[in-house]
Amino acid sequence: MADLSVNIGGLELKNPVMTASGTFGYGLEFADFVNLEDIGGIIVKGTTLKPREGNPYPRMAETAQGMLNCVGLQNKGVDYFCEHIYPQIKDIRTNMIVNVSGSCCEDYAECAARIGELERIPAIELNISCPNVKQGGMAFGVTAEGASAVVRAVREAYKKTLIVKLSPNVTDIAGIARSVEDAGADAVSLINTLMGMAVDIEKRRPVLSIATGGLSGPAVKPVALRMVWQVAKAVKIPVVGLGGIMNARDAVEFLLAGASAVEIGTANFIDPAVTVKVARGIDEYLERHGCRSVREIIGALEE
Amino acid sequence: MKKYILDLTVTANEHLREGYALLRLTDSRPLPPMLPGQFAELKVDGSETTFLRRPISINYVDEEKNEVWFLIHEVGDGTRKLGALGAGDKLNVVLPLGNGFTLPASPDEKVLLVGGGVGTAPLLYLGKRMAEAGNRLAFLLGGRSAGDLMQLELFRTLGDVYITTEDGSEGEKGFVTQHSVLRDGPRFDRIATCGPKPMMMAVARYAKAERIVCEVSLENMMACGLGACLCCVENTTDGHVCVCKEGPVFNTDRLLWQI
Repeated sequence: MADLSVNIGGLELKNPVMTASGTFGYGLEFADFVNLEDIGGIIVKGTTLKPREGNPYPRMAETAQGMLNCVGLQNKGVDYFCEHIYPQIKDIRTNMIVNVSGSCCEDYAECAARIGELERIPAIELNISCPNVKQGGMAFGVTAEGASAVVRAVREAYKKTLIVKLSPNVTDIAGIARSVEDAGADAVSLINTLMGMAVDIEKRRPVLSIATGGLSGPAVKPVALRMVWQVAKAVKIPVVGLGGIMNARDAVEFLLAGASAVEIGTANFIDPAVTVKVARGIDEYLERHGCRSVREIIGALEE
Repeated sequence: MKKYILDLTVTANEHLREGYALLRLTDSRPLPPMLPGQFAELKVDGSETTFLRRPISINYVDEEKNEVWFLIHEVGDGTRKLGALGAGDKLNVVLPLGNGFTLPASPDEKVLLVGGGVGTAPLLYLGKRMAEAGNRLAFLLGGRSAGDLMQLELFRTLGDVYITTEDGSEGEKGFVTQHSVLRDGPRFDRIATCGPKPMMMAVARYAKAERIVCEVSLENMMACGLGACLCCVENTTDGHVCVCKEGPVFNTDRLLWQI
């Protein structure tokens, strides 16, 4: 077996496979299907300072090779997470990472600080790219100034590994990544969902309750891959790649394009055991290519 | 309950009528325990337009033959692909998902099971489990016309069957809530219903007026089926909850339906 371990801004992963926020619950929902400790990192649901009910139903539309969602960061708030969820997940022996969102810099920083007090949470992923909330979320992630401001505020309040999740709904993602790096991020993850829409022609109405939603699944993979490749060349901090990864082959594409680790999202809905299969498949690829470590293929694209 | 990902084998696929396929599946090992009202996520292979699994309720479990049945209403490419499976084909399923109907605490409880269209599917397995427990059952099944009613002979082995059709081609003419058994029949202690939402709302309205415990099975659009993606939420007295995980069966007291 090859050495699958990678380091993401100080965070040691036993393998480069993580789960994307909002697609794997708190991990517990998938415990019947996979050994959670075989996953490099589990990024749990987006958490905000205050509870959020999210957007009204309907929140999902199936599309060609993908799906749209407009969940809108439904969660019970950071206090509930600390009191009720954390005790259930703190002894899972892998990196349990919390995705943190907010609607202003102060909320982000306060939420991150609360998570920072939890001993067994070694990192957060800062969501500055949710397309489904009116205030905050993506509003921070679409300008270099906004992204920089929120990352600075959180960096001040949070000392452990800080991964910043970037929005693809921008003109120059490399520029945003650089500003996030300058503001103190330890790593970036990309891409969040692409803003999209679905129409019901019989009712002549949008399918989703708020009209637009975030597109995920294999449909977005080429866009994600291109952005990961661009960002990996633009920053020195590690890049975590995600967007439509369905199998080990997809994951290896992201690693070659410069990602140090990957996140699996929508694929968890099709195969709840896909994460461990991807980790195994990466190992098989490495064996086949005579690599002793996964680190040999990160950014190893020949151009 | 522990959930499984299984590659089941189709033993038979019978079209009960045009567009409705009854899939019977088995496994080389004993199937896991399943409760009436629970569902499975069925993987669709070879469809250009269908990406997600299809959530389908458990129609029946035949323990002797180690079979689970799914009644598939072919409405899109995904369900048509499922309906085209034949004996010997494999089907990847995730099951059992969600929570089932409440089984009566006592065999003395008189239960009314109300179904419309393909919504009658989970009531067959529910009826089986309730009949085994010794409960006296009445099925009230509705359709647009006689051809819409399926598996009637099986329902009749489990309890009394009352029928309404909108065109009067079988049973009483009208909607299920207009059937005379609701007026002239015994007082029921519990109602379980599954079918089109307007029908379930009408049944819930009747149950509320008569102060009868009523459970409904919802089928909001789902992605994961596991309570992870938060797409299939229903607004309840506890806020937005996942139909796939906290349902699909809900006591109507918990719903915010205007009835």
